[in-house]
Amino acid sequence: MPAPTAARSARQRSNSEWAIETLIRMLGVSTIGIVAIIFLFLLTEGVPAFFQVPLDNLFGSRWYPTSDLFGALPLLLGSLLVTLVAMLIAFPLGVMTAVFVREVAPNWARELLKPMIEVLAGIPSVVLGFFGMILLAPVVRTSLGAPTGLTALTGALVLAYMALPTIISVAEDALDAVPRSYRDAGLAMGATQWQTIWRVVVPAARSGILMALMLGMGRAIGETMAVMMVTGNAARMPLGLDAILRPVRTMTATIAAEMGEVASGSTHYHVLFGVALILFVLVMAITLASASVMFRRRERGGLR
Amino acid sequence: MNRHLTQKLGFALLGVVSLLVVAPILLVVAAIVVQGAPALTWAFLTEMPREGMKAGGILPAIVGTLLLTLGTGLVAIPMGVGAAIYLAEYARDNALTRLIRLAIVNLASVPSVVYGLFGVGIFVLLLKLGTSIVAGSLTLAIMTLPVIISTSEEALRAVPMEFRTVSASLGGTNWQGIRRIVLPQALPGIITGVILGLLRSAGETAPILFTVAAFYLPVLPRSPMDQTMALPYHLYVISTQVPGMPLDIQFGTALVLLIIVLSLNLVATLIRSYFRRKREW
Repeated sequence: MPAPTAARSARQRSNSEWAIETLIRMLGVSTIGIVAIIFLFLLTEGVPAFFQVPLDNLFGSRWYPTSDLFGALPLLLGSLLVTLVAMLIAFPLGVMTAVFVREVAPNWARELLKPMIEVLAGIPSVVLGFFGMILLAPVVRTSLGAPTGLTALTGALVLAYMALPTIISVAEDALDAVPRSYRDAGLAMGATQWQTIWRVVVPAARSGILMALMLGMGRAIGETMAVMMVTGNAARMPLGLDAILRPVRTMTATIAAEMGEVASGSTHYHVLFGVALILFVLVMAITLASASVMFRRRERGGLR
Repeated sequence: MNRHLTQKLGFALLGVVSLLVVAPILLVVAAIVVQGAPALTWAFLTEMPREGMKAGGILPAIVGTLLLTLGTGLVAIPMGVGAAIYLAEYARDNALTRLIRLAIVNLASVPSVVYGLFGVGIFVLLLKLGTSIVAGSLTLAIMTLPVIISTSEEALRAVPMEFRTVSASLGGTNWQGIRRIVLPQALPGIITGVILGLLRSAGETAPILFTVAAFYLPVLPRSPMDQTMALPYHLYVISTQVPGMPLDIQFGTALVLLIIVLSLNLVATLIRSYFRRKREW
């Protein structure tokens, strides 16, 4: 017959285990709560902006908060311009680097490249912004004849390099998921390795590569400090062919630059939260789209 | 023969492109090391800033960043590892779990400046913590959470299933198996993930802009409710907000931040590769 004390300690143990397991369960579920709270908070603080400011003002082209002009269009277009140009640079570079690292590079080159890319991922945004301001901007000014070196292009260049580690690592994973038999089949048909890469391996990995693009884009559009330091921050409509060589201002930079100066509860305050809400929804849409690609890929057994 | 030439040219192109990706990284690091090194004296690291930050050292910014990183870790490590244990060991493959995963992916993609806004609203104003180290650490912790969760979950999942079955077959409960067998085996991976998450938070500026960072505060913080200077914000301030700032102080500050972040990065990499070689499964 077991001693009563042993039975009690077993029950106690299961009680404390129950407590720990409940705590762990709550921590897991709390992540949903955090996202919900962030979203609700942005909604309650941001939505009043749409009631306090006439819509033609809010979606106008003039952002002068001191004269109650809250045209968010230049900010939205500024963010989109900088992000798109950054992706035009970073996506081809990133995919080609991923192909090189995964398919072509000899071992020593791979061992050299991968840590360097990790270093890039680790450099703080503000350090890259500092570098862009001090050393890149003068180059942009003198070589391209822009009146100031702080332009949309400078921002896009810095952003491109900030998005590269994300693009490279996600694209590399996608290439990694393509079974070896695909490559063997390509080579067995008499194709060169080069042909196999571009006509078999990359197409097979296309959804993962698309995900790399989207995640890189999400990273770029939300980037704040580096962009604020190198784009010149002029809230003007980035239209016309030379827009890329002129200063722009992004949504993120606007929030960071102005939030410190507004009175809590003022119209300007609510508009800044409205901008953050737009930003949040935009990034969430990009993320959901790439997550759906990810989940679908999982259902198809790792490929496509 | 022609297509073999194409292949050769193609591979060369890929190599050149990779070089194009890597060269600017070297350039950034080299430029900051070369131009920042002369400023890096003992006094620079251990003195208060003087004369509107144009002279003296950056001690309060260094201490501030270390304190914020510590605070972030105190909150984010238990929460993140706990959530990771749930996902790796308890969660079934159902709608709730998918929703949690979606939430984590989402948290990872929220722009840092939005975390900053959220921190002001919830921690500074609603919970009345004021602009303080506590408010800043909590904000950074929420931002760091997804990194710690996903790396820890990966480390837990890498522990072979047999370890759990053997523990159960010896009469261990679910939690005993996790606590005594799975967690210790996954620890190196978890530590690596934690370091990677914390070094990211140490370099962040936007989340601390309105929650804790002080523009110019040449004293060390005395309580968690104090404001503090912090390295990333300090670099932003002296490179954009103060005209006539000596360049060597700017580069010196950038270098100190870079050294902290990259050495943590190196530690994480070393831990990972050391234990990967050592482990027996």
